[in-house]
Amino acid sequence: MTVAFDYTRSTGPVIGRFLTGLRDATIVGGRLGDGRVAVPPPEFDPVTHQAVTEFVELPDTGTITSWTWVSEPVAGQPLGKPFAFALITIDGADTPWLQAVDVASPDDIETGMKVRARWAEERTGSVTDLVFVADDGNAPETATPAGGTEDVGLIVTPVSLDYRYAASPEESSFFRGLAEGRILGQRCPKCRKVYVPPRGACPTDGVPTSEEVELSDVGTVTTFCVVNVPFLGQRIKPPYVSAYVLLDGADIALQHLILDIPAEEVRMGMRVKAVWKPRDEWGTSIENISHFAPTGEPDADFDSYKHHL
Amino acid sequence: MGKIPAAVIGIGQTHHRAKREDVSMAGLCREAMDRALEDAGLTLDEVDAIVIGKAPDLFEGVMMPELYLAEALGAAGKPLLRVHTAGSVGGSTAIVASSLVQAGVHKKVLTVAFEKQSESNAMWALSVPIPFVMPVHAGAGGYFAPHVRSYIRRASAPSHIGAIVAAKDRNNALKNPYAHLHNEGTTVESVLASQMLWDPIHYDETCPSSDGACAMVIAAEDVAKTYEAPAWIHGTAMRSEPTSAAERDQVNPQAGREAAAALWKATGITDPAREIDCAEIYVPFAWFEPMWLENLGFAAEGEGWKLTEAGETAIGGSLPVNMSGGVLSSNPIGASGMLRFAEAALQVRGRAGEHQVDGARRALGHAYGGGSQFFSMWVVGSEQPAN
Repeated sequence: MTVAFDYTRSTGPVIGRFLTGLRDATIVGGRLGDGRVAVPPPEFDPVTHQAVTEFVELPDTGTITSWTWVSEPVAGQPLGKPFAFALITIDGADTPWLQAVDVASPDDIETGMKVRARWAEERTGSVTDLVFVADDGNAPETATPAGGTEDVGLIVTPVSLDYRYAASPEESSFFRGLAEGRILGQRCPKCRKVYVPPRGACPTDGVPTSEEVELSDVGTVTTFCVVNVPFLGQRIKPPYVSAYVLLDGADIALQHLILDIPAEEVRMGMRVKAVWKPRDEWGTSIENISHFAPTGEPDADFDSYKHHL
Repeated sequence: MGKIPAAVIGIGQTHHRAKREDVSMAGLCREAMDRALEDAGLTLDEVDAIVIGKAPDLFEGVMMPELYLAEALGAAGKPLLRVHTAGSVGGSTAIVASSLVQAGVHKKVLTVAFEKQSESNAMWALSVPIPFVMPVHAGAGGYFAPHVRSYIRRASAPSHIGAIVAAKDRNNALKNPYAHLHNEGTTVESVLASQMLWDPIHYDETCPSSDGACAMVIAAEDVAKTYEAPAWIHGTAMRSEPTSAAERDQVNPQAGREAAAALWKATGITDPAREIDCAEIYVPFAWFEPMWLENLGFAAEGEGWKLTEAGETAIGGSLPVNMSGGVLSSNPIGASGMLRFAEAALQVRGRAGEHQVDGARRALGHAYGGGSQFFSMWVVGSEQPAN
């Protein structure tokens, strides 16, 4: 399962100025209240707490104050081959900046070494617009012109997380049951309430549950809403009815989809039955049930489900 | 030893907007903090500790933003504490800050809560797939709409009550320069005519998505007494419950009822509808006004909508609710709870401007979060409590 989103960051006047500088192949520092110059510039002065408003354009050379070797780079790091991460104090600045240094081996880098920036040809206003290399004293190559003139006020930071979900023994039993067309719950030994999906522990009594209960695939709609609003990541095309279905024999409703009836005719108390997908499409998933559809029975009395609202 | 009396001596908030692209998260927080400090006549150096709150990290995609924010918030060399209780976080953050003062740990605590919804998409963040659940969920509205339907059925409420709340709160927001929505001419009819998003919830019965922050300075008795109009903290309460349990009451949750009962006991209030002059209640979907009026004990079960329908919750009614325009008019989620607490304090300080309730002496601030599972609330007053 992957959870991914492209976040849009507002950089604000200070980080924005710094990133705009990088896009233009210029290192911009911020002058602090005590006269020191910090790279990158902090948004607020760490001593006076005032907003940093004075900026200083600095050379793209500096000195390594400390470093570490990255022998096995991982995805998303500045270089795809072994490199060093170093704290570099830019000439004219007073604080070190963490940046990548492109050298062949750990033997080619040391504290006190002079370095200069190697700018990327296409720069977007990002700390990956440059890496540092050993400063051999030769005149640096001229950076290519910047790709834009607007200030870098918004940046996109994609985030992607891959999850492998480890089902608990109770959930495994529930999922395996679904793969056989069965709905399995568990009963609390103390309050006798039947939970579906089973949880392994009763949230009310805090005791382990072990007694398995097979449930009917027929139940009652306790309450519902009609989703008319489309949104990013939505799996079902709106409009659709999202309902709480209290299966016969269960003491907690599960959420599912209601179809085979116009949305405006769905009612609280309506009796519904699971409509299973064709057997060859089954997996270990609640989605083996395509949806619930009306049984045609008379509606359940409000009193029979009012404690489940 | 009893609690040390504490009071709010400074309040600040941002102008809440759909997008504050001119500032970073740090800049947004500092805007509210600097206003609260200016209100209290203090500098950051004079504050003993900082307590920050925000909604779930997925909302902005920054893990533990307090790490990056520490320096900008002026927390270097001080305790910095983050509180996290989903949508109620702004309220529980203020309560943690006040507890630090009441316990005698610190004299002056600055508390701040924020949300920058424009950096993300809360609807997406609240609808990420869960392996064993059918993907029918659709954001907060999709979660709460069935429970609103249950309320309407249980209370036999007329279908236009939500629209009365929405029209009232949107008109109250016109009096609040900080409110996100300033929708002129909102009426019960216009709300009912707006699109049905999550039936039974109309578009105009839902909160906006906002960028914003709120901050307060909370001080101990000896400091607070030197101020002209402190908002004294008369009592606080927090309670939680599981998101789902068999026969859990989603309309009138036990945790909310118990938190309210504890709050009224702590403040010596026996008849809240009479003794509370006005209330800022966390109402992100209009129908939650009557639901929470009942949950809080302002009305008997099934009777909350009658207060709303009779106009008692409007400014000028017997119990004005959400004078600021409420969550329905500004919703920087992480800050929304603190805004309720701060608005209650503004009212008893007599500094709520055009949305001031005349003579407000005791006010409630309330927040809830998660699937109605976290509740936080406080009562503030213009007079120092006797106990």
